[in-house]
Amino acid sequence: MVRTISTLIGAAFVFVLALALFGTVKTAIQEPAAETVEQVFHQHPADIDLPSAGLFGKFDNRQVQRGFQVFKEVCSACHSLKYVTFRDLAKIGYTDPEIKAIASQWVIEQPSVNPDTGEPATRKNSPSDRFPSPFANDVAARAANNNALPPDLSLITKAREDGPNYVHALITGYGTAPAALKKEFPTFSTPPGLHYNPYFANLNIAMPPPLTADGQVTYTDGTAATKDQMARDVSAFLTWTAEPNLDARHAAGIAAIIFILIFVFLAWGAYQNVWRDIKH
Amino acid sequence: MSFPWAKHYEPKQPLMRWLDEKLPLPRLVYGAIGAGYPVPRNLNYFWNFGVLAGLALVLQIVTGVTLAMHYASYSGGAFASVESIMRDVNAGWFLRYAHANGASMFLLVVYIHIGRGLYYGSYKAPREMVWLLGVVIFLLMMATAFMGYVLPWGQMSFWGAQVITGFFSAIPLVGESIRIWLLGGFAPDNAALNRFFSLHYLLPFVIAGVIILHIWALHIPGSNNPTGVDVKGEQDTVPFHPYYTAKDGVGVGVFALIFAALIFFSPNLLGHPDNYIEANPLSTPAHIVPEWYFLPFYAILKSFTADFILPAKLWGVLAMFGSILLLFFLPWLDTSPVRSANYRPKLRIFLVVLLADVLLLGYVGGAEASAKNVILGQIGAAYYFAHFLIILPWISRSEKPVELPNSITEAVLAKHGGTSPAHTALKTDDDLTTKPALAN
Repeated sequence: MVRTISTLIGAAFVFVLALALFGTVKTAIQEPAAETVEQVFHQHPADIDLPSAGLFGKFDNRQVQRGFQVFKEVCSACHSLKYVTFRDLAKIGYTDPEIKAIASQWVIEQPSVNPDTGEPATRKNSPSDRFPSPFANDVAARAANNNALPPDLSLITKAREDGPNYVHALITGYGTAPAALKKEFPTFSTPPGLHYNPYFANLNIAMPPPLTADGQVTYTDGTAATKDQMARDVSAFLTWTAEPNLDARHAAGIAAIIFILIFVFLAWGAYQNVWRDIKH
Repeated sequence: MSFPWAKHYEPKQPLMRWLDEKLPLPRLVYGAIGAGYPVPRNLNYFWNFGVLAGLALVLQIVTGVTLAMHYASYSGGAFASVESIMRDVNAGWFLRYAHANGASMFLLVVYIHIGRGLYYGSYKAPREMVWLLGVVIFLLMMATAFMGYVLPWGQMSFWGAQVITGFFSAIPLVGESIRIWLLGGFAPDNAALNRFFSLHYLLPFVIAGVIILHIWALHIPGSNNPTGVDVKGEQDTVPFHPYYTAKDGVGVGVFALIFAALIFFSPNLLGHPDNYIEANPLSTPAHIVPEWYFLPFYAILKSFTADFILPAKLWGVLAMFGSILLLFFLPWLDTSPVRSANYRPKLRIFLVVLLADVLLLGYVGGAEASAKNVILGQIGAAYYFAHFLIILPWISRSEKPVELPNSITEAVLAKHGGTSPAHTALKTDDDLTTKPALAN
């Protein structure tokens, strides 16, 4: 009885799936899905092997500081960093007076209220403030950027597949669509205001190339500011903003693994000892 | 307790004697997971996973309760509060990564625990109730895990909630109204987030309650074992403590090792990058995928692409829930008197195929919906239902099992006799001084 009912129910599901399978195969044969331009020409970022990558990875504070300089002089014109505070910069080696100076000299001020009139006003940043957004709100950001919203960068390296490599590849990967693309996909075009970039999901990105020339930023530590170097450094900085506790996490991890290995060793010994007279 | 030779709790200390008279809690623990619970002597490492699942639940509750102290269940601030936990709360990153990866570890050990039950026939008489309660726990876990994934209020949280609550709209006529009523709005928003938070906090304690029933029901027949043969006498069992507490210690260590590797070195491996983007109802992600542990079921849902009497969507939802609900009927679908698949040559092959099938469905569930993947998913889903509803009931009638050992002890000695004669010669006398099997 159970067998009959279950066989009937099972057969019903299998039949409907067979019907669906027939439909899928028929469609696949009659109208095979053409490859899209993204499938053919989208490129995966190359590995830039930052010092923070890997099991024992640690931030190189000098590099992260250089990346912060790139962010400050280039990216921060359009992108916010709303989950990071100025005081967090202590973790990448800035001293308290330096942080105070960075905060108070930051071009964009914190929104506040005029204490006398109650009118909207701004005030200088202090170390406990989060990095202020360059635009008052999303509408203002879109209005200033050809209707595209520059994403917040605090978490960008965790919010994109293969994030640190992606950031580097994206900002150095601008160019013109290759001839093969135009031949294979004649309908593809890069509309005015957009820019061809094979690392961006749909190949046309609204962000103009942020790094246009070597030496765009003058590093204080003497490192040559090539475009590639600046891209690596800002990628290192954004890896830090997304995961500021990475150094502590890796250090704790090594200690934890050693501790647990000792535990496993002892537990194994206890197990062997308890079971020594019992075959199992 | 289960067997007449089970040891009884005899408190020696006056304080414990006093406590035992007033409230025999130590006695209960002693009988449940102490020396008072006789367990087959031949359990392999697959029997560690029940304890590991219990441990995972405790860890989830501890980290979860702590996280709830810092989390804001408000749709305008949930995402920022999670970031504040990651950045400003002492060891907050550890708590959150432990909780997020703890869910994966919990589901992983439970899947192995279920697989163990399927292979060794632990769902069969006299353990049907243990199995049924286990399926209830699994369903509660899935609900809890899904609601927990919504709480960070990232893109996958929001769109996952949108898709899953959309199942209710597959109900004919009243579906859409039910969906809106459950969500408290037309789309997931503050009302839904708060409902999910409330239930996500409640359900783990319901799970803990059902686990108590699960263990209670287990202790009536006692644990199954790799041969599936009933315990015949005292020589077949050892006390849970210290024998299996010691063995579970090793399992706990290996579990902790994998868990720590995930938390400290690859905490976002099993997550999705889109969940680090705050929920945005106006921007749909390119691929909406659930967490890895739901992928096989998601593949089944997506495989139903044809209308037949019912609309395709309703078939998909029915099949997805059916794929889990059919487990409730497993004890009666499999009528073979032999429990362990070690002695069922045909079932063994089909179970290996089932494992490969579930892994295939998992792959399809996460992959893009190309024609090739949809075809693989449809074949995989068909096998899943055929396995449980057609193949299993029929082979359990026709299959000729391999000869079973007479007892657990006999199987153990045969194993050792075959592989290490020297060791057996040393110990055989001791092992063969069997006490006569006690009649029940």
